[in-house]
Parts: sequence; C-alpha cells; structure tokens
Amino acid sequence: MGIIKTDKLTFEYIRRDEEGNVEGITRAVDEVDLDIKQGDFIAILGHNGSGKSTLAKHINAILYPTEGTVWVDGMDTQDEKHLWDIRQEAGMVFQNPDNQIIGQVVEEDVGFGPENMGVPTKEIWERVEESLKAVGMYEYRKHSPNKLSGGQKQRVSIAGVIAMHPKCIILDEPTAMLDPNGRKEVIRAVRALNDVEGITVVLITHYMEEIIHADMVFVMDQGHIAMEGTPKEIFSRVDELKELRLDVPQVTLLAHELRQKGVNLPEGILTIEEFTEELQSCL
Amino acid sequence: MIRDITLGQYYQADSVIHKLDPRVKLVATIGFIISLFVVDSWVGYVAAALFLACMIKLSKVPFRYMVKGMKAIVFILMITVVFNLFLTPGEPLVTFWKLTITKEGLRIAIMMAVRLSFLIVGSSLMTLTTTPNSLTDGMEKLMGPLKYVKVPVHEVSMMMSIALRFIPILLEETDKIMKAQIARGADFESGNLIKKAKAMVPLLVPLFISAFRRANDLAMAMEARCYRGGEHRTKMKPLRYRAADRVAYCVLLLYFAGCVAIRVWL
Amino acid sequence: MSLILDHVNYVYGEDTSLAVHALKDINLVIPDGQFIGLIGHTGSGKSTLVQHLNGLIKPTGGAIYYNGEDIHDKDYDRKKLRSKVGLVFQYPEHQLFEIDVFKDVCFGPKNLGLSQKETELRAYAALKQVGLEDAYFYQSPFDLSGGQKRRVAIAGVLAMKPEILILDEPTAGLDPKGRDEILDQIAKLKEETGITVILVSHSMEDVAKYVERIIVMNRGSVLYDDTPREVFQHYKELEQVGLAAPQVTYIMQALAKKGMPVDVSATTIEEAEQEILRALGMEKK
Repeated sequence: MGIIKTDKLTFEYIRRDEEGNVEGITRAVDEVDLDIKQGDFIAILGHNGSGKSTLAKHINAILYPTEGTVWVDGMDTQDEKHLWDIRQEAGMVFQNPDNQIIGQVVEEDVGFGPENMGVPTKEIWERVEESLKAVGMYEYRKHSPNKLSGGQKQRVSIAGVIAMHPKCIILDEPTAMLDPNGRKEVIRAVRALNDVEGITVVLITHYMEEIIHADMVFVMDQGHIAMEGTPKEIFSRVDELKELRLDVPQVTLLAHELRQKGVNLPEGILTIEEFTEELQSCL
Repeated sequence: MIRDITLGQYYQADSVIHKLDPRVKLVATIGFIISLFVVDSWVGYVAAALFLACMIKLSKVPFRYMVKGMKAIVFILMITVVFNLFLTPGEPLVTFWKLTITKEGLRIAIMMAVRLSFLIVGSSLMTLTTTPNSLTDGMEKLMGPLKYVKVPVHEVSMMMSIALRFIPILLEETDKIMKAQIARGADFESGNLIKKAKAMVPLLVPLFISAFRRANDLAMAMEARCYRGGEHRTKMKPLRYRAADRVAYCVLLLYFAGCVAIRVWL
Repeated sequence: MSLILDHVNYVYGEDTSLAVHALKDINLVIPDGQFIGLIGHTGSGKSTLVQHLNGLIKPTGGAIYYNGEDIHDKDYDRKKLRSKVGLVFQYPEHQLFEIDVFKDVCFGPKNLGLSQKETELRAYAALKQVGLEDAYFYQSPFDLSGGQKRRVAIAGVLAMKPEILILDEPTAGLDPKGRDEILDQIAKLKEETGITVILVSHSMEDVAKYVERIIVMNRGSVLYDDTPREVFQHYKELEQVGLAAPQVTYIMQALAKKGMPVDVSATTIEEAEQEILRALGMEKK
C-alpha cells in the first residue's frame, strides 16, 4: 500500500434551498481509486467543480468519505484516534495566501504547526529554521507576512507545513492567485521538496506547465478520474484534454496541430528542445 | 484613507523595549494609565511626560510615526475637550453667545486632553513594540489563573491575535471594494445621514461576505495544521523573565512610587 | 473621442519619507476602438495607471484629457467620466452585494440617475452581452459559479455603457475553461460594439491572442508601446524586467537558431503553424 490510498472514495453533499429543504444530492467525488507511492510527485488536474479540491481535503481528514475509504500511511482517515497523526503526516497548502497565514511574523507562523503538535521549544526553532531555508525564505523570518509578495506568502505557507515534518504535502491550487513569477517561485520550491527531501507531493492545479515534471498525472472530471498517466501520455491526448476544456502548453498544441497537417511529429511533445529536435529530423 | 491608521500596528525595530517580556509591557501600560489618574498636578504630568518620552526614545519608534497614527482619534479628543471646556461650571473666563468657558473648565479640558493623549500614546507604544502574538501570549500567561474559573483564556487570546492579523487585510479590502463601487457610480460622500448609511450597503455586504469567507478558510487552514485549542500546545517563544525585565519592573515601580509621592506631597 | 495622458506622474505618500514614485512621466494616447493589452509584473504601476484613467486617482503631476477636456478640472463631472471609462477591478465578484443578479447589474445605471425603464433595459442588455443565460437573472449572485459571478460583475460595469472598458486581470483565479469563455466574450463584445478595451494581464499568451497593441510597464514607466509582434521581439529585455514572451516566440527563436528559415515574429499558434508549414514547404493551398 502506498502513502496515500483511496478505495472507491465517494463524497456527496446535500443541496438545500433557502428554506432548508433538500433539493438534491451532489456527488462531488465519485468512486475514486488512488494509490500513491512514497516520494512521488503527483499532479491532479481538472477544471473548477471537477471535484479535485474535495478529493484533496479527504487526504488531510478535513472531509470524510460518504462511501469508501482513504488511508494515509496505512491509517484510515475515519479512525478518530489517528486524526492528528494524519494531519501531521499529510500537510496541506491552500489557494489563498492571505487566508492561511496565522502568525504576524513569518517565523511565528512557521512555528504554529509544531506548537500545536507539542514539539519542545528548542526543536521548534530548529524546525522553523530548516523549513524556511528549504523554501528560501530564511532572510524574511522577521518580516510581517502582509509585506510579502503572493509567491513569498505561499512559500511561507509551505514552510509552515514542512515544519510539521510531513511525509506528504497536498497543495490545493497554490498558484491560482499568483502572477507568473510567483507561480515559478512556488513550483520551484515544491519541486525541491520532492527532489531533495523526498516528500511526496500532490499538486492540484489547472496550469499545465506546472505538471510537466510530475511522475503521474490524474485528470478529474465530474468527480471521477477521467485520465491518468505520465505527463507525456496525458499530453499525447490533446483532443481529449481539449474536450475537458483543459489547457495544453503551446508547444504541445503546436506539435499536435502540425501533426494533423501531415508533419511527421510524435504526440506528447513537452519542451521546446524536443520540438526543435523532432522538427529538424523532419527536414 | 482608512489605511493611514497605524494605531496599534507593530513597528519593527531592534530596541530594549521591543525585547522586553510582553508581560512587563502589559503591566507597565496598565501601571502608566493608572499613574495618569493618580497624579493631578502639573509636576505629575511633567513626570509622566518625561517617563513616556524616555520610553519612546528607548523604543526607537519614530515619534512622527506614532503621531501619524493618532490622527484618527483627534476627533474623539476634540469632543472631550469641547465638552469639558463649555460644560464645567465655575468661575467664568470668557463668554460668547450662550457659551461660557470657565477657569475650571479650561483646567479640566487641558488635563483631560493631556491624560487622553498620554494614555493613547502609552498604550500604542505597547502595541507598536510588541507583536500581536507575543502580546496575546503575555495576556494569556498573565490571565492564566482565570483558567481555573473556566475562563477560556487561550481561546480569547487566539481570537485577539487573529483579529489583529486580519485588520490590515480587511482595511485594504475595504479600500478596494469602495473604489470598485465608486467606479460603478456609487457615492459615499454626499447626501444626508440616511442616504449615507444606505450608500454603505454596497460596501458592507461584500466586506462581511469576504470576512466570513476568510474566517472559514482560516479555520480550515488551522485545523489542517493540527490546531486543537490550547491543550497539548508548546510555545515557540515561551515567556521567561530575564534580567532586563526585572530591571524594567524596578524602573516602573520607582516611577509609580514617584507619582504617588507627587500626589501626596505636592 | 480619445483618452490622452500627458506627462502623468504619481507619487504615493508625497511629502513623507516613504514616498514612492509609482508613475513616471507617462504619455499615452488611447484612441477609439483599440484592443490594448497592458502588461507588467506586480508593482510595475499598471494598477495605479488604470485607476488614473477613470479619475479614481488624481495624478500628482501632468494631466489626463478625455475628449479634449481635463478630467481634473474643477467643474468636470467625474461621475459621468466613470460611466464612460468603465473599470472592472481584479476579482470583481467581490463587489457583488444585491439579492439577485439583475438588481446588482442595475446598481451602476441607477447611480447615473437613469429612469427605471432605461436602467432595466441596460442591465438586460449588459447581461446578454456577457452571455449569461436568463435563468440566472433572478438568482442570488452568490449562488453562481466563479466564472458566472465574474460575468455578472463585468455586466455591472457594462450596464453603464462605457466607451472604454478596462479589465484588470479579468481571468485571475479562473480555470482554463472560464478564462477562455470570458476572453472570447470580451473579444466578441469588442467586435460588436466597437468599444475600446484595455486588458491588464499577466498572460502573454492571452495578450498575444487578442490585442492589437501592447503597453509594457516597468517601474512606473512605459517600456514598450507597440504591436504584439514588435513587443515580443524584445523577449530578452522583457525577461530582464521579470516578464516573458509567449512560448511560441521562444519556439520560433529556437527554430531560427537551428537554421530553419522561419519568420520569428509569429506570436500565436496559428501564425507559428503557418510559418513552419511554409518553411517545410507544406503550405496549405
């Protein structure tokens, strides 16, 4: 069993009208089976309302399945005695950088998680230092979060999670509210965590260029997994992606269009280097 | 606009005052406020002014920065002064129309103005030099004994520190929504009181919705980071008195004794 | 009919030690009917600039003329200006407040003092322009999806019948589907009404796809003001100021470097495709 495993995970919520009468039931997540290996970089794609955020919240035991089971490191999330262990092992970073920073000073915020876990004072300081260094925000440890850029705030949030020494980290659209430079900063930090520290990463996003380096990609639509595979496999299916109204990097799209016009290019080109090399061999 | 209110916002600097234990600063602030009501002579006020001036100097917070933050409360100060000036009975000094300024009124008005402004500068000095987190830590610790009579000390202090963290964010948001509504032709300035109050609806509704959304997000983020109330919690910055704190208590005691002495003997 | 910025300067917190020179000597002419992209990284002054265009911020130096009149003249009706130069802020759905969608869109025209009938006609037309279906008109705006909320907010500004529509990152936080829908709708609106559109954006791909003129801001000054083709030729300089060109530009540059005879100024996928096919001698008849 991997670090995160779900078995027929289903989540439903009841819609009510203004008087509180039941209007209907929405199935936000529909029989999802996942098995994620320790140390992997996983990307989950899907447009808004596809159920990807709801799925993410199950891994951190913020939501519980209506049917099916979720295990984090072998612990069932519905088992109350493991609740705090699960939240410690599966850290979570959310979309809005302003709404998840609790401390008024960067270092105090990073220390918040370890404080809650009851880590001794001296160790909290060590963890705060190493976490801030891991995301490259150590020089800002005395700053007020309000004065930081969006990308920096998200890196502080990530440090706040790493300080809890999680085995995996789930990022729920961490870059949706950032500008391109902020996005790059955050993705760079996340990749470093995965490469250097070996932390399992589950990145939820709708920016295609962020998933190119993932080990596995899951595409969600209407609560279930519509596609899964390596980035190359996923990007080879341009037409399906388009149908799901998802973006494709321009280089992939261009190669796809040219291929349809009869140019002898393979599917699933992800980088400019690949593209130019393949095109040269066509000449 | 609203964002100019710096009252109570932490000012980062490396000073003796910044490094003091928040409990010392809390006790000192309360002590200072009491002292303002203990003294009632000019000598006493001079003493208070000197004490305050020294503290400001030590804190390395620019005086201009502090005064800028006070602009917002000048209005309250004026009302107090005006009421005292005109409504205190006694020996008349100047009379015009139906208003009379009395000697006692003038004295009390000046005294109130001095007291109030000292009080505000004194307490803002505390918040300027103490991060909200350590401030609430200090309060939590000072009020610790109240836990045994079922006062949710930790919860209250956590709520305060979150409120303080979100004040600047919500002020910025207010500014933004206001501008967006002005761009849609809204008018927040003209008209009578009722019209003005009505004009606030397009500002307040979005602001409340946003505040609730933020509260919801934050609660989730806190839970995800294992927050479960005050139990099991350790402190990153536990409060321990150091030599400087003991000295500060002595200085405070001396000042307070001085104020009492001035009151009794002068 | 145009908007002219003449040596506009803006300093935040003038007379204090914390003064920030947010705009430095901006000279721009915005004629009727253009589709303009305004780009620049966070803090480059583009948000400050757009707030000058509808008179929300008064320049500390220089002047702004709308149809030949100084908008900061004593007797100038700035409320009317704001209806003519419509500004849609970032995350505009955060300004929604009414109990139903239709009423919210009525807010703008009602503030202009129009009759009930005219107000409702305009609200209806604006909601149609953003492509919202009738079924949503009497729902609470807070029950809509993110993309729909944003359209309602844009309709709220359109209902004032602006001649210039400024959108500050209208696609921020939306998914690709919502983003394409909003941008397509704006392009269609521009096509049908001939309105001037200024699109503030971080996405070079979007800008390249839609606009005919790009204004690049850097540290409070205008760095480039030209067609997308010309501006993106400076991709190296753009990178130096924390921006980038669309990926297509990099592809074309890489191909040219490898000796392929392509025109490097292509900025959209369609243009690139044509160029490569031509270079390969596979041009479509």
